[in-house]
Amino acid sequence: MLPLELNLGPLVPEHLSEIIAGVVLFLIIWWVVAKKVVPVFEETYATRTAEITGGIEKAEAAQKEAAEALAEYQAQLATARAEAGRIREDARAQAVTLAAEIREQAQADSARIVAAAKTQIDAERNQVINQLRAEVGGLATQLAGRIVGESLEDDERARRSVDRFIAELESEPAEKA
Amino acid sequence: MPGLVGLLIPLEWAVCLGEPAGEHGAEGAAETGFPPGVASFCSRALFPESGMDWLNNHLFQAVIGALVVIGFWLWVAHGQKVVPGRKQFIGEYLYNVIRNTIARDILGHDYRRYLPYLVALFSFILVNNLFGEFFLFMFPTFSKIGYPYALALLSFILYNAAGIAKSGFFGYLKKSTLPAGVPKALWVLIIPLEFLSNFIVRPITLALRLFANLFAGHLVVLVFVVGGTLLLESGEVFLIAAGGVSLLFSFAIFGLEIFVGVLQAYIFTVLTAQYVSSALAEEH
Repeated sequence: MLPLELNLGPLVPEHLSEIIAGVVLFLIIWWVVAKKVVPVFEETYATRTAEITGGIEKAEAAQKEAAEALAEYQAQLATARAEAGRIREDARAQAVTLAAEIREQAQADSARIVAAAKTQIDAERNQVINQLRAEVGGLATQLAGRIVGESLEDDERARRSVDRFIAELESEPAEKA
Repeated sequence: MPGLVGLLIPLEWAVCLGEPAGEHGAEGAAETGFPPGVASFCSRALFPESGMDWLNNHLFQAVIGALVVIGFWLWVAHGQKVVPGRKQFIGEYLYNVIRNTIARDILGHDYRRYLPYLVALFSFILVNNLFGEFFLFMFPTFSKIGYPYALALLSFILYNAAGIAKSGFFGYLKKSTLPAGVPKALWVLIIPLEFLSNFIVRPITLALRLFANLFAGHLVVLVFVVGGTLLLESGEVFLIAAGGVSLLFSFAIFGLEIFVGVLQAYIFTVLTAQYVSSALAEEH
């Protein structure tokens, strides 16, 4: 051929079959991998990703729900506490009012009772005084009649002297005091 | 079936060099397997009598590699659950390496379209690279240059197709050969350079990087293992000791080769994703 004849040694394929076999075998592997292997792997990965993402979403939802429940519970607790405080305050105020009322009423009652008692006592005393006055007058008159030995007919005069006597009696302790 | 027995146990070394032996003694090397060289990478036909040279042990192991990849992915994809079991966990771990650290990080939001390609690419290269370190084949498929060429060709078609689908043929051509903001005086210089870089250097380097790493790695393994074995058989005390050390050291080389195999699978996939990404980019 031409003067430029190179001996490439092992760089020349020994048989053309090497290249053909290499191409054919590789194309077969490529086809199998593309049809049967890569889709299977990718599908597995997609499923896994979906499951993991789904799991994370589920967990997030649960966490959110829990946080909401906690907030609600805390709000309820706060409301209940406020209510309890208010009730306690009310009760205390009510108790104070009630006590004052009772005290007032008691005072009024006691005053009334005292007044009534005083009135009654006064009345009874007057009654007793009147009765005594009458009885003591009668008795004294009777006694004086017996002593004197005559009946004092003149009632008017006798009553007047009895009255004077009693008045003296009454004034005596005052003078002593 | 003598062909299948020969497939698993490399009792003899095939001859694939078209050149005559010459002074390098390549003929002898091909027959004895020593010293390890290009001839160590020759394929052996499964049925030499049939004349079907293309049906060789390396083609067979590439098919096995493809079946292993397909079987693994179908196995881990079968019966997936939202909460993964151990099997699914391993599958998802590997899948996520490609999906998240390669496809999504580089391609952004439309990574899903290119994900099957990248998954297939990474796992096919990885399995075939690990064939170089494990029992049964002990040969990395991608040290046969034809297989890296095949994958680089497909990646080349993929990223150009992605770019053309996005911006149209001429739009894509313009975008990938003429970066924004280049002064007109430099167009003469930049356009050929960018064209060379994006349409010729990229696929070739993709293929050569993968090939050369595995070719060299396998060669180093052969040097230590075959050389160590020959030294052990030499009969001289000092040489036997050297052979023992050589064989021990070959385990470290194996570890390194496993790392290189994983790394090269990763790099090939990342670069493919990167090329697709740059083909899809709005502004170059």
